[in-house]
Order: sequence, then C-alpha cells, then structure tokens
Amino acid sequence: MLGRDIFQIVEYFATCKAETQSELHFFDLPSACPITLVIAILSHVVEYETIIGLEVHSQLLTRSKMYCSCSTDYAGAPPNTHVCPVCLGMPGVLPTVNQRAVEFTIMTALALNCTIPGHAKFDRKNYPYPDLMKGYQISQYDMPMGVNGYLVIDIEGKKRKIGITRVHLEEDVAKLVHRTAPDGESYSLVDVNRAGMPLMEIVSEPDIGSPEEARLYLVKLRSILQYLGVSTGNMEEGSFRCDANISIRPAGTTQYLGKVEVKNMNSFRAVFRALEYEARRQREAMSGGEKIPQETRGWVDDKGITVSQRSKEYAHDYRYFPEPDIPPLAFSPEFVEKIHSGLPELPSARYDRFISQYNLPSYDAELLTDSRAMATYFEECVAIATQNSGRQELPKKAKAVSNWLLGDFTRLLNASNTSLEDCRIKPAQLAELLELVEQGTLSGPLSKTVFEDMFNTGKTATAIVAEKGLVQITDSGEIAALVEKIMAENEKAVADYRAGKESSLTFLIGQVMKASRGKANPAVVRQIVTDKIGGK
Amino acid sequence: MKLSAEEVRHIALLARLGISEEEVEKLRNQLSHILENMEILSQLDTEGLSPTTQSIALENIYRLDEPSPSLPVEDVLSNAPNQEDNCFKVNAVLE
Repeated sequence: MLGRDIFQIVEYFATCKAETQSELHFFDLPSACPITLVIAILSHVVEYETIIGLEVHSQLLTRSKMYCSCSTDYAGAPPNTHVCPVCLGMPGVLPTVNQRAVEFTIMTALALNCTIPGHAKFDRKNYPYPDLMKGYQISQYDMPMGVNGYLVIDIEGKKRKIGITRVHLEEDVAKLVHRTAPDGESYSLVDVNRAGMPLMEIVSEPDIGSPEEARLYLVKLRSILQYLGVSTGNMEEGSFRCDANISIRPAGTTQYLGKVEVKNMNSFRAVFRALEYEARRQREAMSGGEKIPQETRGWVDDKGITVSQRSKEYAHDYRYFPEPDIPPLAFSPEFVEKIHSGLPELPSARYDRFISQYNLPSYDAELLTDSRAMATYFEECVAIATQNSGRQELPKKAKAVSNWLLGDFTRLLNASNTSLEDCRIKPAQLAELLELVEQGTLSGPLSKTVFEDMFNTGKTATAIVAEKGLVQITDSGEIAALVEKIMAENEKAVADYRAGKESSLTFLIGQVMKASRGKANPAVVRQIVTDKIGGK
Repeated sequence: MKLSAEEVRHIALLARLGISEEEVEKLRNQLSHILENMEILSQLDTEGLSPTTQSIALENIYRLDEPSPSLPVEDVLSNAPNQEDNCFKVNAVLE
C-alpha cells in the first residue's frame, strides 16, 4: 500500500463503490470516513523517495577558445580584450573546432565509462539572449561525444553506480553585469571575454537518491576531471558549475511528479543545502495536498531557500539544427584506443594502489587520493623518506607522511587558504622533518612547532632546529636532573601517585617536558620518572 | 502547406522581430512558398542513401590549440550603439 501514488489512491476512494470502501480497514478507518481525512492520513503514511539528476558544465583547460584562437587566459583581464570576429558572431566568419577540447572531452567520456560513438556533430541551439552574440550557441544535440557511462560513488561504505547519460561539448556565453542608472533605469553590460570558452557538459541519469549522494557524485566527478587535467574544477570561480533536477515520488513507484530544476548553486555545500531544502519543501507541499509544478527555482544562499524563477512567457523553442559551418567528427576505434591508453591513473585506481602498495587504511587512501595534487605530493614525499630504508619500513613511513598531510598540513593549508602548489614546504622538506623526528633529533611535540615555522617561513627543519636550539635532549643524565628537580617541587603529586593516583604520573611527565621547553625526549622522560617514582 | 498567422508571429517573436499585421500576411505567403519548395525536394527517391547533416564531404576539420592575438577593444566595440566601461550596453535582462 505504501508504494502507491497517493493521488491514485485518493481518486480510487473518491469513485469506488460502497462495498469496496471496506478496503479502508487497511487503515483501521470507518468506511464512512471523509475523503479529506483519508488524504491527510495517507500523506503521512506514504513514504517518498528523492530522485536527483545533475547537469555539470565544466570549462576546459585549453589555451585557446572552442571555435576561435582567442586566448582563454582572460581571468582578471579588462572586459572585451579576449575577443575576435568569431566569438563576436560577426557575419562571414568560420568557427573551427579546437582539437584539444575534443580530446579532453573524449578523455572525460572514457574516464566516465562512456561509449564513444563513431560520429559526432555540432548543432545550433537558438535562443534570444544578449549573452549569446550569435543568437545561438554551438552545442551538440543528438550526437554527443560520449553516451551511457557511469561513475561509482561510496556512500556509507556501499558502492553506488550513478549513470552518465551523455558528455558533450559546447561553448560558454558572455558575462552580463546588471546595473541601475541614477534615474532608476536598469540596464546590462556585456563582456564577451568568456564567450566561446570550451564548455563540457556532463549529464547524469536520475539515479541520485539524496543530497549527500549528489555531493559525493560532484566531488568524485571533479576529482576525475582534475586527475585528467582537463578542468580546474573550481566551483567558486565558475569553471565548474552544476544544475540539478529534483523530484519526489511515492517510494517504489515509477511515476514522476513535478520535476524542479534548481540553479545558482556556487559551491558543493550550496548544492547539498539547496537539494536538502528542495527535498523537504516538496514533501511538505505534498503532505499539504499541493501539487508541485514543473518549474525552475533559484537557490538563494544567504537565505537558505529556493525561489521560483518566473517561467519565461514563451516555451523553450531552441530549433536545433546541424551547424553547417562545422563538418562532422568521426572517431576511429584506433583514435579512441589511443586516447584510452593515454589516460592517467584515476582516483579509484590510485585509491586501490595506495592501500595495496603503502598498506594505508582506506580512510587515509580516500582522503589522499581525493585530490591529484595531494596524492602526488604524498608519493613524492614517501619516495624521498624511504630512499635509504628497507622495504619493510615503507608502510610505517607512508603512514607517518599521511598523518602529517591529513593532520597539521591540511589544517594549515585551510587556515591560510593556501593551495598545495603554492605551499612553501615541498615533499623533500617534509621528508627531512620526518627524518629528524625519526632519528630522535626532534621531539614529537616540538616537531609541530617546527612544522608551523617551516610553513610560514619556508626554512628547512634542520635550519629551524639549529637556529632555535631545539635539538632533542636524550641524554639521560640531563633528564634525570630535571626529573629530580620537578619531583622535589611537586611533592604532593609524587605522594598522590604513590597513593595510587595514576594521573599524577602524566602530570609530572608534563612538568618535566615543560621545564625542558619541549626538548626532552618524552619516552626517556617517562622511563626516568617511572623509575624514580616507582622506587617508593 | 500553409503556415498560420500564429506560426508566423511565433517565429518573429523567437527572432525578436517586430512585424506589422500586413507583414504577417506577406511573410506567411513567402515562408509558405519556401516550405512548398522543400516539399518538392522530399518527393525525391532517397532509397539506399545514408542520411547526412552536411552538404560537403569533409570530416574532422580541427584547429590546433594555439592562441593568437584578439582584436583591440576599440574595434570590438566599434559597432556598438551603446557602450559603457568597455562593455556593450544593452537593455536590462532579467532572468
């Protein structure tokens, strides 16, 4: 019963004969129960499932635009300085296809397990909007570069396959800035620099069942694009954008209720929050007996809501037709195979290898391989750190490097908003710090201070240790003297420990460490304190 | 096949063309005539021919991904009826 569309059930009861109304006993209701009450109860009984499909647009990291030779390096440039007759849509120009953009798109399609059709073509998508200089966008309609792929996400320890409907190539549009004149009249300014940027569109099947799955899908997809080196994946800067289709339906049915398209989500967090909001809003609307209209809604981040974007007066009528200026593309099996064999190692393969090769816990492997830069940094650092040690040392050193990277390193990068590429600590320098700790030159607690210094100044660990006199004290005579001094100053703690209070030992060790300004070897300190105090 | 006046107005709207009622009638005849000519073409026997979207026998025409200089911004804006801050100025567009 739970799996049935509530409207069907309600209609059924509204029309059924008296004898079949006895089916109301399903709900322990009297047969004369008013239909409004049935609706109210059903709306609480019916469980809904969420259906999400995502449409991602990603700018490609080519040097020139999609159909002309204007440079793509327009970030921060004055308006309309990266523009030519082709991207201005002047009459008589001939757009020509950027070969690398096509290769990048096929790489992506292959990495997403798509089939590459033998042929692809470009089409004109017509619509009147001032961000399109030509009055149409050169896109791909019915013959995209890749179809029928999938991407696997991990959700709560389970693998979920999300279908990829298609991957195609098109061009980005101009940027509009909206202004208001002193007289109150509003107008728009058009900057054409972005128009004609290669834009790859990746459309998922409506296989995504929750906002969290949507977030994981995007994180995974972005990571793949970054591994391939085809996109920066930067959402805040708009080079990686996402629109979502979301609807709900009674669990187990196949019917679509109103499908809502959500736009204006500028971060992973925004996508998650917007979809959470929509899933809840649609459920509330349904239980209030409302119908959900098919519409486009915009996410308003600071208010945490979606609002209806008044549907345009005319229906979309794109009048797609084949682009006559661009001959079709043909992909031979050899061409596709060549691109396939040139694909770099992808996140999931690297994750598996990190576990088998370095014996890392899956948690570490997952976080390290999320970003290609981090994974590469890790491998470089481990390679240097294990240069002079045997193979059996590898897992231990790998875990030590991982701990640094996922701990203090990530914390400092985030706090200072630094990217790994811009960071002053290079893999060799981190390996050097690890070596100092390993040799016993630097104590564990002090290594963190040294690390922060390295991060801020770019100096090497050896230089900082020498400069600040931080060499670890391992000499037991020196430490013993300190321990005796601390025990004399803390007679109560000593007595407490001897009376059975275990925590007093930690206190005393802490005091000794403090007195040595962190330089004493903690293991030696513990040994000596225990020896002396244990004498009783 | 005769286009309706409604269809002509719809096409004009999509192209953002303002046309008078007389023009609707004039264009209705002209456009209908073009469609009729196309219908004559569709009488040809195309049995055994594979469909194509192109009239020229070319494939895989690529350009290498190498940037070349763009236009000076004065040239870019030289046809703009209205401009401001090196941008084209247009009527307000609201989503």
